[in-house]
Amino acid sequence: MSGQSSYTPRSGLSKWIDQRLPLPRFINDTMMTFPTPRNLNIWYTFGGILTFCLGVQIITGIVLAMHYVANAGMAFNSVESIMRDVNYGWLVRFIHSTGASMFFLAVYLHMFRGLYYGSYKAPRELIWIIGVLIYLLMMATAFFGYVLPWGQMSFWGATVITSLFSSIDQIVPHLGTAITTWLWGDFAVGDATLNRFFSLHYLLPFIIAGVVGLHIWALHVPGNNNPLGIDVKSPQDTVPFHPYYTVKDAFYLCLYVLLFAVFVFYAPDFFGNPDNYEPANALVTPPDIVPEWYLLPFYAMLRAIPQKLIGVLVLGGAIVTLVFIPWLDTSRVRSCRFRPLMKQFFWAFAVDCLILGYCGSQGVDAVLFGVPLIWLARLGTLYYFGYFWVLMPVIGLIETPKPLPASIAQSVLGDSATAPAE
Amino acid sequence: MAAHTLDATRRDFLYVASGAVGAVGAAAAAWPFIDQMNPSAAVLALSTVEVDLATIQPGQQVVVKWRGHPLFVRHQTPKEIEAADAVQVSELPDPVARNSNLPDNAPATAANRGLKKEWLVLIGVCTHLGCTPTGFEGDYGGWLCHCHGSQYDSTGRVRKGPAPANLQVPVYSFLSDTRIKVG
Ligand code: HEM
Ligand code: FES
Repeated sequence: MSGQSSYTPRSGLSKWIDQRLPLPRFINDTMMTFPTPRNLNIWYTFGGILTFCLGVQIITGIVLAMHYVANAGMAFNSVESIMRDVNYGWLVRFIHSTGASMFFLAVYLHMFRGLYYGSYKAPRELIWIIGVLIYLLMMATAFFGYVLPWGQMSFWGATVITSLFSSIDQIVPHLGTAITTWLWGDFAVGDATLNRFFSLHYLLPFIIAGVVGLHIWALHVPGNNNPLGIDVKSPQDTVPFHPYYTVKDAFYLCLYVLLFAVFVFYAPDFFGNPDNYEPANALVTPPDIVPEWYLLPFYAMLRAIPQKLIGVLVLGGAIVTLVFIPWLDTSRVRSCRFRPLMKQFFWAFAVDCLILGYCGSQGVDAVLFGVPLIWLARLGTLYYFGYFWVLMPVIGLIETPKPLPASIAQSVLGDSATAPAE
Repeated sequence: MAAHTLDATRRDFLYVASGAVGAVGAAAAAWPFIDQMNPSAAVLALSTVEVDLATIQPGQQVVVKWRGHPLFVRHQTPKEIEAADAVQVSELPDPVARNSNLPDNAPATAANRGLKKEWLVLIGVCTHLGCTPTGFEGDYGGWLCHCHGSQYDSTGRVRKGPAPANLQVPVYSFLSDTRIKVG
């Protein structure tokens, strides 16, 4: 809804500024008067929560970097000294490490929201694709960050993830090994690796901030989708962003911060792995190496495949698939509210991701009710790809959607919406 | 009119030429920024390590660090040697020896996995994604990698799981009957 600007400078000074750098006009049009569908629900507050999370990671990260030493011999102890000696260091570190998990929790809810309401469909394809890019950058940033404390999980996580590239050897001999050596700067993960990961861990969040700008810019062209998935048709369908959504976003942000605080103060190591409180040892791999919870479904897919190259391709493919969703979904209707069939497969998909996550968290030869988990993971992987590449295109063609409401206003206000606007 | 055409071609030439020079220049300038991440000469300067074998009893394994990786030195028992010899190369997922002391295409016979039958020297890096496999575990009398379940036999040949290749045998030599130099 990039309509006409509604900004009128009130004072001489603001007029003077408006003619030279129309920043106040920009803020007014994008954050104050911006017409927003009147039916946005709780699931639309996660965009704001995500922006908050990025800010928290940047502020706490800059503070940590003031005390952290990116050297293989000193990194572990410098983090211990942040925990024990630096004033409030424990708080800042726990906010940062819990913050990464809260960030991913929010991004997953945000993404499932988009899937359910069909927010990736035309004309919002680029918003979705930029979102996938942000998700990728977040995973890279969190991975680099997780290496920094230089504990056992840091070291072996870095080894396994960088070794994913060595699978390229099976396509072009020696190229994969050359890439891993280049990434490490050594024959193995070591001091050189730690240093460059710190440099990149500092850099990427600022790149994410830039890409978030593009995400919101692209959002402000068509405006928000909404739970009904129908287009805004008249001014009656919308309310100004401020105060309606600034306040709604702030309210749910407070609840989110409450949850965040419960973890920081009562269970700061809830998301962590105790093995990472043991300094990195290049000679001993911990018996159960697992990634952070937010990467577990992908890890389960990697392990479900008994062949190295194919396993890595499946892992990468699971993420790359997300880019194609706007064209895989053939339905004319956006929101699953009006898609009785797709709705069920959507919830099955959500459960599938949880099952995959569970499989990824267990040991390699774990068994559940007599069934080796690896088979569960294989089924889960099949459903993951089947959902996007088969169900989405096919169901869109064969499903009969429920009738759509005439307008957002009519759906929200009932027949009074047909009365003239006030 | 003629002068005008001439002008246009000269402009086209300049346009293409400066574009090409710029592209080559940008690529040349990018290289140092890429190559700086590769190991420096100081890191590449081959390091060696010597291992005393006298204290390693048959059936034992020691782990030493070499170039940042664990190195397995294992003293085979006669039974293990016999079992390894009995394996046909055709049953193996990876039929080549992966022995840096032999040609690249040497077959993965038990004998080709080392310099002397009773001694095994291996780089302890799982050929899947680089974890250190645990010795004396798994179904093949060798190593089990807990990361994603690959299994190796008593000569470090891959038998099961996502790992595509046998554990690598590094360049090494016997300085005496009880001493080796690796690297
Ligand atoms: C997208 C935003 C970010 C994410 C998702 C993220 C994630 C992480 C994670 C998961 C860790 C490991 C926590 C632990 O187990 O101790 C970490 C550590 C660290 N991060 Fe970040 N981070 C972000 C932004 C930043 C920024 C902007 C900086 C610096 C300006 C920074 C500096 C650090 C430092 C110095 C450490 C090591 C100390 C420690 O381990 O607590 N981070 N980060
Ligand atoms: S690293 Fe050994 S099985 Fe994956």
